[in-house]
Amino acid sequence: MLARQRYLLDYTLAALLRRKGRHLSLLLVYGALVFALASVLLFGSALRREARALLQDAPELTVQRLVAGRHDPIPAAYLAEVRKIRGVAAAEPRLWGYYYDPASGANYTVLVPATDPPPAGSARVGRGVARSRGLAVGDVVAFRDARAEPLPLRVTHLLDPASELLTADLFLVAEGDFRRWLGVPEGLYTDLALRVRNGREVRTVADKVTRALPDTRPVLREEVARTYDAVFAWREGVGLLLLCAALFAFAIFAWDRASGLSAEERREIGVLKAVGWDTGDVLRMKLWEGAVVSLTAFLLGYVLAYAHVFWAGAPLLAPLLKGWATLYPEFRLVPHVEPAGVLALFALTVVPYTAVTLVPTWRAAVADPDAVMRGAQE
Amino acid sequence: MIRLEDVRKAFHQGSPNEVWAVRGVTLTIEPGSVTVFRGPSGSGKTSLVSLVGCLARPTSGRVRLGDRLVSALPEKFLAELRRRTFGFVFQQFHLVRGLSVLENVMLPAYPEAPPYAELRARAEGLLGRLGISDRAGARSEWLSGGEAQRAAIARALVNDPQVLIADEPTANLDTERSRDFLEIVAGLKAEGRTVILTSHDPLVCEAPLVDRVVPLRDGRVEGAA
Repeated sequence: MLARQRYLLDYTLAALLRRKGRHLSLLLVYGALVFALASVLLFGSALRREARALLQDAPELTVQRLVAGRHDPIPAAYLAEVRKIRGVAAAEPRLWGYYYDPASGANYTVLVPATDPPPAGSARVGRGVARSRGLAVGDVVAFRDARAEPLPLRVTHLLDPASELLTADLFLVAEGDFRRWLGVPEGLYTDLALRVRNGREVRTVADKVTRALPDTRPVLREEVARTYDAVFAWREGVGLLLLCAALFAFAIFAWDRASGLSAEERREIGVLKAVGWDTGDVLRMKLWEGAVVSLTAFLLGYVLAYAHVFWAGAPLLAPLLKGWATLYPEFRLVPHVEPAGVLALFALTVVPYTAVTLVPTWRAAVADPDAVMRGAQE
Repeated sequence: MIRLEDVRKAFHQGSPNEVWAVRGVTLTIEPGSVTVFRGPSGSGKTSLVSLVGCLARPTSGRVRLGDRLVSALPEKFLAELRRRTFGFVFQQFHLVRGLSVLENVMLPAYPEAPPYAELRARAEGLLGRLGISDRAGARSEWLSGGEAQRAAIARALVNDPQVLIADEPTANLDTERSRDFLEIVAGLKAEGRTVILTSHDPLVCEAPLVDRVVPLRDGRVEGAA
């Protein structure tokens, strides 16, 4: 049985080599499709994983003040109220905001670090910012503050490239510079970051915060994680939607290529049957053919997608899936493959293609070899 | 012994272009004999050898191989018969393009899956016997008519069948090549094989080695009731 399969596979490989042009074009289109689909899936899942890993260090609970349903600076006095709530291990005020830089056309995130803030008049900046403004350590960059006065900042440090997914657009500055730059008066903060003693009681603590400070909204870390997931999944969905068109085009192409047997192929099936191959042998041979083409294309496409996403930094997908306005982060994703994703892609590409190749072969192979050969001659 | 009993074959049955290619043929072919189905184009020669060789099933009637009623066998057994009992040489030879002569010759044995070295030796032996060893590595489409026919004969013999069927074997050959073919047939007959040919070539029909000529016209044996 095994020897018979080996002979059939041997014949299949010879048949593939005989129709090089046809199979090579099919392999290229098929491989490109798997490459595109796998790139989006690998990139999306790796981004979500990366963002979740980075969020592990985020505070369990963030308290924002709401005025007219919108985020408003929170008074320093709220800090003392929050610290009184049982279960809160630590509470720190945070200062952060956004600044639109007309020179680069990009939005920056400006933040005062909780520990070790930079000295007044200096800044640590993210790699995306540095790229967009052409900044290096030691350079001085000036912005207009809230009163339209110039605010010069000397770059003392560029942030770690490993954290670029979250820090590409970041400016770390001193508290005084922040308040002057973005116009936040003394005694007000952007929000409060809370550490909760017992991780399982985060929701209870959040309820207590809402009761003690009715004009605030506590944001749970898991909610942020869910939002990240949703954002990336949405972007991935957009990508996949675009690829649906490609998938459809491929389906037509594959159907055309695989489903219609040429007169030459029909004749060949007739010859094989006439010299003693049975229907099963012909079907197995075609099954091998479909499997060899689709598995090769699948492996080729998947390996290239892996290299594209994890080695090359997904240059073809970054604008769609990273999408940080003008500042695209440059970073290496940690290689991560989800077996379920591989299986789903396999099921969507290899299985249908192999099946499509079998139908016309079966139709040709169940006919009398005499009829197949007469038909092919017509 | 091969026996045909009131065998009929229709194509496109039930449609306006229905054609009856064979219209009630009854005959017996003795083992070890050389039989020629002779007749003009459209007389049903090819259809008849297709029925004898299990390439097609009769629309009605029976085909027996020895005591076995083969016309009623399922496809799987017919394929086995085509592989083990019959060897075919088609009019257009039908070698598989792109494969070498040697690969073409080995093709019918693939489903039997003999050890590769043994199969290769068998195929090379046949090519040697038929005088085209030097063409073993050539692609089939590069062969001349005579070479292609020899390759097709080698392919037909690779499973050592008892019956060789050749459809219009000399139609594409010059006189010298036709004589070469008849010599090969004489050799096969001497080995005790049954040979069935279709032809309207006098060189074949009148060859001394032929035991019986069956004249056909309009799907019937001429002279038969």
